[in-house]
Amino acid sequence: MSMLTVSGVETFYGAIQALHGVDIHVEEGEIVTLIGANGAGKSTLLMTICGSPQARTGSIVFESEDITALPTHQIMRKGISQSPEGRRIFPRMTVLENLKMGAAFSEPANFDTDLEQVYTLFPRLKERAEQRGGTLSGGEQQMLAIGRALMSRPRLLLLDEPSLGIAPMLVRQIFTAIKQINVQQGVTILLVEQNAYHALRLAHRGYVLVNGTIQMTGAGKDLLARPEIRAAYLEGGAT
Amino acid sequence: MEYFVQQLINGLALGSIYGLIAIGYTMVYGIIGMINFAHGDIFMVGAFGALIVIVGLGAVGFGGAGVLIILALLAAMLIAAVYGWALERVAYRPLRGSFRLAALISAIGMSIFLQNFVQLSQGARVKPLQPMVEGGFVVMEKGNFAVTLSYLQIIIVVTTVVLMAGFSLLIAKTPIGRTQRACEQDMKMASLLGLDVNRTISLTFVMGAALAAVAGMMFLLYYGVIDFFIGFLVGIKAFTAAVLGGIGSLPGAMLGGLLIGLIETFWSGYFTVEYKDVAAFAILVLVLIFRPTGLLGRPEVEKV
Ligand SMILES: Nc1ncnc2c1ncn2[C@@H]1O[C@H](COP(=O)(O)OP(=O)(O)OP(=O)(O)O)[C@@H](O)[C@H]1O
Ligand SMILES: [Mg+2]
Repeated sequence: MSMLTVSGVETFYGAIQALHGVDIHVEEGEIVTLIGANGAGKSTLLMTICGSPQARTGSIVFESEDITALPTHQIMRKGISQSPEGRRIFPRMTVLENLKMGAAFSEPANFDTDLEQVYTLFPRLKERAEQRGGTLSGGEQQMLAIGRALMSRPRLLLLDEPSLGIAPMLVRQIFTAIKQINVQQGVTILLVEQNAYHALRLAHRGYVLVNGTIQMTGAGKDLLARPEIRAAYLEGGAT
Repeated sequence: MEYFVQQLINGLALGSIYGLIAIGYTMVYGIIGMINFAHGDIFMVGAFGALIVIVGLGAVGFGGAGVLIILALLAAMLIAAVYGWALERVAYRPLRGSFRLAALISAIGMSIFLQNFVQLSQGARVKPLQPMVEGGFVVMEKGNFAVTLSYLQIIIVVTTVVLMAGFSLLIAKTPIGRTQRACEQDMKMASLLGLDVNRTISLTFVMGAALAAVAGMMFLLYYGVIDFFIGFLVGIKAFTAAVLGGIGSLPGAMLGGLLIGLIETFWSGYFTVEYKDVAAFAILVLVLIFRPTGLLGRPEVEKV
């Protein structure tokens, strides 16, 4: 039984259909990446898993429980968390307050340990603990978004373009952190990335989303080797 | 000078009442971006709740003004909170996600409904209340003019200061307050963190209504008369106070309330009583022209 199974999911924004029957599954302990062009529906898929918007047809099963029709806040208390597109840091809260919000529904006794773990992963956040979220740099906000998502001790972590707008040096740091979260903390990860090269190298498996449907799937290394992927999604390739 | 001090005292007491109501306007605006035009009527319902409890308990020979006031206050807060909760549930929540004007029209409808409801159930006549807190200090005296600070004014200002301090602390330091601010800053993200946004919105209405009920109780004691229509003008002035201070800002609502109270009293003290309402609104217009975000409102400069 997969940890997460998405089957035949169709999602609409009003009359516009963004997902046309998506099937993916994520096994416990995996890093799975989702790549695709702008507007392919990657963020929509992550948000649909979280119930915002809800899938109009199809089903989403997490740890053997059908969560398709649950409201967002209930889904997020089941062990899923997301670092969403655009990071969505609370701008008028400090770094520490943002992290506390991430832990709003976890065991208070775990707070200090979890905070220390996030600070170890991203030492910069510790230095900036009292700074307001809205005044952090883009890279710092990204670290905070990931850190905040970790504070609830998720079993499944959804990451939407964690490397967006970040300098190459820092990108490597972020990807190293993702690896650590997966290996050391045992968190299963579904990763959306524009940076297909890094993502496919890191991931166990990958899916390619085109216009709201899955067009290709396979092991990360295999996808990386395919000429059509190299042409469409890797640097220097046609878009 | 003596006259000035007297107006200052009166203005502070009145401003306290406006400030407590303004908090409700500003918090609701902050979280769901709508002007709850029925909030003034929640204040009125609170005042009626207090009056009914005082008269009712008084009729069965319940003694002791102090105990009576505290019981009436708690009852008024509870009644107003229930009304505030129901208001959001019935009239605003079903319209969330609809066009902005829909909720506003619904709010105006609820305001008219509450006024008519109280008029029908309690009668249209003005309801008097015997003075319950009498006496005070003479602060200064000159010739035959004495500046008095009544015990009631002290109670009003002290209660307001304590409530506002406690409430600010609640919002700034506690998990409830943090949740409230999170929903205000990014509702979608709040739900992605597992927060029940609807519950937080309900709580915001409940808190705002309870504070308005305290103001209603103070109004009742201070003026000694209420009717079903008091929520209209007082509500509009408290709303003005919230805008003046910067709508969405908690300290702004408190400051705005104080200023509107002071402006109104000084205007009636030095110019004409007839135009006191016009004075408050004229200041509002000026502020909005020169500082559209209000005195403590924040200009949108942050990157998100
Ligand atoms: N709130 C919305 N209302 C209407 N249409 C939307 C909305 N959000 C997304 N869409 C549309 O749905 C489609 C998929 O968008 P989505 O954000 O999921 O793409 P994406 O793969 O994440 O793209 P990107 O790489 O640019 O982030 C797009 O055509 C987009 O215009
Ligand atoms: Mg996206």
